[in-house]
Amino acid sequence: MAASEAKGTDKTVVLEVFRYRPEEEEEPTFQRYEVPYFEDWVVLDALNHIKDEIDGTLTFRWSCRMGVCGSCGMMVNGDPKLTCAAFIRDYHPATIRVEPLNYFPVIRDLVINMEDFLEKLTEVKAWLVPQEEKPVSEGEYRQTPAELAQYKQFSMCINCMLCYSACPVYGQDSDFIGPAAIALAQRYNLDSRDGATEERAEVIFSHEGIWECTFVGDCTRVCPKNVDPAGAIQQAKVSATKDWYHSVLVPWGKRDVKSR
Amino acid sequence: MFMVRELTCLFVGGYALFLLILASRIGDADGFSALLQHRLVIVLQVIALPMVLYHTVTWLNLTPKVLVIWRGESRVSPVLIAAVHYFAWFVVSVIILWMVSMYR
Repeated sequence: MAASEAKGTDKTVVLEVFRYRPEEEEEPTFQRYEVPYFEDWVVLDALNHIKDEIDGTLTFRWSCRMGVCGSCGMMVNGDPKLTCAAFIRDYHPATIRVEPLNYFPVIRDLVINMEDFLEKLTEVKAWLVPQEEKPVSEGEYRQTPAELAQYKQFSMCINCMLCYSACPVYGQDSDFIGPAAIALAQRYNLDSRDGATEERAEVIFSHEGIWECTFVGDCTRVCPKNVDPAGAIQQAKVSATKDWYHSVLVPWGKRDVKSR
Repeated sequence: MFMVRELTCLFVGGYALFLLILASRIGDADGFSALLQHRLVIVLQVIALPMVLYHTVTWLNLTPKVLVIWRGESRVSPVLIAAVHYFAWFVVSVIILWMVSMYR
């Protein structure tokens, strides 16, 4: 093919890409593109080649191209992946099927509407609420390395939403708070500086929160940053249960929210 | 694959039901052994055993995800957590086998 020869290779790979142009068509279609094959190319490189050289109308999100921004999540051969981390050589010579992330409404081509996820981040209060407000003059909120270790893994989330696309529960019920939002809520619940566990409890320790999860574990399997959201949710189940027993058996006792 | 694990729950529940029926025949020696020797029950036993084993092994392997114990800055080894559960399973099994052997 001319394009690949110009790039100095004669091997090619075919991408079958989901197209949806709401102003032109009712139903989505698939379009095949043949792109040059390079050992070090990722699916994102192929998509950018398509957009630059073959079809400028293809629409998709991407940014850092190194697996830290969480923008380029898509379904690659049915599996949620960051396209900047999916190497073409792992699929070649088979055709690579690229589709938008599962379980989210499609705006156009490979771009999904992530409003639901963003709303959930707000609902679970995915930010630090200090136990007591201190003026800046009193200095920092200090934390030991051991206290940091408690929540560090869950802080690695890049909000890429691959876990939502892998979660069959979310696929069936989009009211489910979901792996990333719960893992992030736990990240703050376990942070020694934070004091909003009670406020988050109503959203997290609820039917649409942790109890909807059936520990399938696919969220952890697809997570590109090893956040282990499934682990976060199960730990939340344990602490919610312990807390409930405590409130029932020792109703007069002070609820030690940091004992989780 | 998680669906296979979920389906094994049916066998765990089914076996519990079987044990209840067995328990209801405790006073009745003939009824008790008749139930155990019934061909259908033996078939069920043969199918239920690998199902329940698979169920147990998959869940025990997941216990480190749920039981997180911190020692300073690092977690107690997940392998150790799972191993402790396997050991507990072994101990309980030995106790049950000993109890059964007492009543032969």
